[in-house]
Amino acid sequence: MTARFEAIVIGGGPAGMAASVTIAAAGHSVLLVDEAAAPGGQVYRATFPGLDAGPVQGDADRRLGDAWRARLRGSAVQVASEHVVWEVGEGFRVSALGSNGSVSWRARALVAATGTTERVVPFKGWTTPGVFGLAGATVMLKAQMTLPGQNVVVAGVGPLLAAVAYKIVTSGGRVAAIVDLSSASDWLGRLPAMATRPDLLARGLMWMARLLRAGVPFHRRSTISAVHGAARVEAVDIVPVDGDRRPIPGRQPISMPCDALVIGHGLVPQTDVTGLLGALHRFEVARGGWIAERDGNFETTIPGLFIAGDGGGIFGAAAATAQGELAGHAVSRHLSGHSTAGEIGRLRRQLRRAQRFGGAMAELMALRDGQVDAITADCVVCRCEDVTRAEIDAAVDAGATDVNQMKAWTRCGMGPCQGRSCGDVAAAIVGLRVGGRVVAGKFTVRPPIRPLPIGKLTGRFDYADIPIPKPAPL
Amino acid sequence: MAGAHDSVDVAVVGAGVIGATIALFLARGGMKVALIDRGLICRQASGVNAGTLTMQMTRVALIPFALRAHHMWATAPQWLGHEVGVVVCEGLSVAFTDGEAELLAERAAKRRTAGAPIELVDGARAGQIEPGLSDQVKLAGHCRVDGFANAYLTGIAYRRALVDAGASIRENTRIVAAEEGASGYVLRAQGGAMIAARRVVLAGGVWLQEMAAWFGQRLPIKCLINQLAVTERLAPVMRTVLGIASGLLSLKQYPHGTVVIGGGWQGIGDPVHGPRAIVPENFLGNVRLASHTVPRLMSGRIVRAWLGLEAETADALPAVGALPGHPHVLVCGSVHSGYTSGPYIAKLLAEQMLGHAADLSLQPFDVARLIEGANSPTMPP
Repeated sequence: MTARFEAIVIGGGPAGMAASVTIAAAGHSVLLVDEAAAPGGQVYRATFPGLDAGPVQGDADRRLGDAWRARLRGSAVQVASEHVVWEVGEGFRVSALGSNGSVSWRARALVAATGTTERVVPFKGWTTPGVFGLAGATVMLKAQMTLPGQNVVVAGVGPLLAAVAYKIVTSGGRVAAIVDLSSASDWLGRLPAMATRPDLLARGLMWMARLLRAGVPFHRRSTISAVHGAARVEAVDIVPVDGDRRPIPGRQPISMPCDALVIGHGLVPQTDVTGLLGALHRFEVARGGWIAERDGNFETTIPGLFIAGDGGGIFGAAAATAQGELAGHAVSRHLSGHSTAGEIGRLRRQLRRAQRFGGAMAELMALRDGQVDAITADCVVCRCEDVTRAEIDAAVDAGATDVNQMKAWTRCGMGPCQGRSCGDVAAAIVGLRVGGRVVAGKFTVRPPIRPLPIGKLTGRFDYADIPIPKPAPL
Repeated sequence: MAGAHDSVDVAVVGAGVIGATIALFLARGGMKVALIDRGLICRQASGVNAGTLTMQMTRVALIPFALRAHHMWATAPQWLGHEVGVVVCEGLSVAFTDGEAELLAERAAKRRTAGAPIELVDGARAGQIEPGLSDQVKLAGHCRVDGFANAYLTGIAYRRALVDAGASIRENTRIVAAEEGASGYVLRAQGGAMIAARRVVLAGGVWLQEMAAWFGQRLPIKCLINQLAVTERLAPVMRTVLGIASGLLSLKQYPHGTVVIGGGWQGIGDPVHGPRAIVPENFLGNVRLASHTVPRLMSGRIVRAWLGLEAETADALPAVGALPGHPHVLVCGSVHSGYTSGPYIAKLLAEQMLGHAADLSLQPFDVARLIEGANSPTMPP
C-alpha cells in the first residue's frame, strides 16, 4: 500500500526543515524524507549519536540546527530519517529505501530540497588517500569529531576554506596553509554584499582572526597543482593563478609538507528530482550550474513541484531557510487554494538580504574556464570509472557533441555516483570544445538516484509471486 | 531554395544500427550517402539496448539472419574496423517451473529446427555450465552461439567507420516532409534545409510510422518501452548469457564487472516524448527475477535503470522493402531483437540496392504486408 500525504519534502537540510514545518503549521499532512540519521543536512548537521561532546559551544550552525530539529519535533511533520529516495515518478510517487526495504508514498505537492554536491576540479594526485572534499571534511569535523589529518592544507575557494580551517585549529589540529583561488580584492569587492549579513561577516572575520593568531599562512590567488605521496598525502605543490584561475606558466611551485589536503571548488545544485520529473532546467554558472526553472513561488515548470534551497541555485544556508519557509507557504496555497497569513513580506525581505550575501559567495565559487583548461590530459576526471581528460577529449574528437554521447563512448559518469561527482567538470570540458555548457547539456537523470543494494530492494520473495509478463512471441 | 540543396545518391533517415549499416555498405559500394538523424548517432535503441546477441530470445523466422548477424558482431573489428566490445560465450535459457520447462522444450525445438544449436540440459548440467546459476533450475536450453555487445559503443564504432567510408553524417537534423522531385525525392528538414536524393531509406525504428506518412503510407508501428538496469562493477558472478523460457529476462556480466539486467519489462514512454519513467513494480519484478536466477547478485547494487524504445510491427516481424508505389523509398526496421539480427538484414538490403546477389531473401519481410488501408500511391498534396 502506498501511504498518501498532502505534501512530501525530500531533503532534511535548512530548506527542507523550514518547508515541512511551515506546511504542517498550515494544517496539511507532510512527510519529510531524509537520508541522514537526523535532519539537519550538511550545514546544520547533527552530531553522530554518542559523540555529543566536543567544542560545539558557541557554534551558530549547531544552535540553529538544534533549534530547527526542536521545531520539527514539536510539529506535526512526519519524519522518515535514514530513508534514501531512489525514484520519484509522476503523481509525485516517491520510492525510498529504508531499513524495511523499499517503501512508496504519494503526495499532491512535492518539495525538492536536495541541496548540493561538492565540486572538486581534478588535479594531479587528487585521488590520493588523504585528499578530502571541503564539504566532506565538515562532515568529519561536525558529525564525527574527526580531524582529516594532523597537519592539513586547506585549499579551494569560498567561505568554507576559513570555516574548515577554523574548525581544524579549534579541534586541536594544525593547518599547514590555506590556499585560496580568489584574491584579496575578490573578497574586498564583495564586502558590501557581505555587510548585508553583519552576523555572518563578523563570524567570518572571527575565523580569520583566529587563523592569523595561530600563524596559518595564506596563499591567495593560488591553487594546488599536484599532490605528492603514493599511499598517503605527503606534500602538495602550490602555484599562483591568473585572473581566470589558470596556473601561471613558468612559476616554480612551493612544496608544502602535510598529511592531508582538504579541497573544494564550490558547490553544484542537485537536480536529480527535478530532472527525473522532467522539469525545465537552465544553466547559470553563478548559481553553480544547471538549475530547475522556478517562479517567484518556488514552483517549477511541473505544477505542484517546488524547489527550495541550494538545489535550486546556490545562495547558502540562510537563504535556504527563508526559501524553505516561503516555499512552504506556496505549497499550502497550492493545496488549499487560499493564502496563509502575513509573514510573507518579512520572509521576502529576509530572503533578499540572505541572497545578497549568499549570492556573492556563490559568484566567488563559480567555476572559471581557466580551472577547466588547467586539467591535464592524463588527469582522471571520473574517478568511479577512471576516465581521463584525454579520453573525454578523444570522444569529442570522434564526434560526440554532448555529454551523454561522450558518456556512452567513455563510461565517464557510469559508475556508482552516476556523474554526481564528475558531471559538472566533465560537462565543462565538453563545453569548452562544443560551444558552451548549454550545447554540452547535462547527464540524463535516471533512477535509482542513489546506488540501490539489490538484496535490500528485493527482500524475501517467492518466485511464484514475481508478476512475470506473458511470454514474448516465438 | 532550389539549387541550394545537397544532392546524394541515397539519403538514409535514422542513424541507428540498421541505418548506419546500410549507409556504411552503400558508401563502401561507391554511392554518395547522407545518414540523417533527428538526434545523435545510435543514441536510441541501438545505443541503449541490453546488447544481447542470443538465439534464445530470437523469433524462429529470424534465426538464420541472427546466426549470420552474430558472426558479423563477433568479427566487427574486421569488417566494421572498430570494437563494439563483443564477447562470444555460451547461453542458457532456464525454466524454474514445469510450465516453463514445457514452454522451453517447445521453443528450443522450433529454434533448433531453424538452425540454432540449442540442446536441452538438466539443472545439474546447467549449473556446471554456469556456476553462478540458481540451484532451482529444472531444465535449460543450452546454446553455444551466444554473446553480447557493449551497445553504448555502437555509435562511436559506426561513426568512425562511416567517416572513413566517406558517408556524410547529419545529426540533429529532423526531417519533417518529403517531396517527389524530377530525379528522386527532396527531404525537408526542420529549419529549412533540403536534401535531394535519388533513393531514400527509412530506418527509423519506432519512428517508421511517422516516416512512412511522409509518403502517404500508413505503417502502424507499436512502441515497446523496455526497462533495463545495470549494477556497479562486481567480482565475477556469472560467465554466460542467461535468460528464462518466457524471454522476460536477459542477464550477462561485462568484462569490466557490471551486470546488465533486461528482458523487456515495460516502462512509460512513447515515440513523441521518448522514454519517460520506469515503473517501479516492473523494475522490482525484473530485479527479483534476475537475483533469483543468479543469487549472488543479491550482494550487488543497482546504479542505473533506463528505458529503450523498441519497434514492433503487427506480426512482430521486420518491415523491409519498398513502400508501395515508391520503388525508390525503402523501409528497413522493426526487426524483433533488432540489435541481434539488424546488421545482417541491413547489409542484405544494402547489397540488394547495390545490385549484388544475396544469400537470403528479404521477401518474407516485405513491408507491403503491413501497409494499412486504401493507400494512394501518390504523394500527399
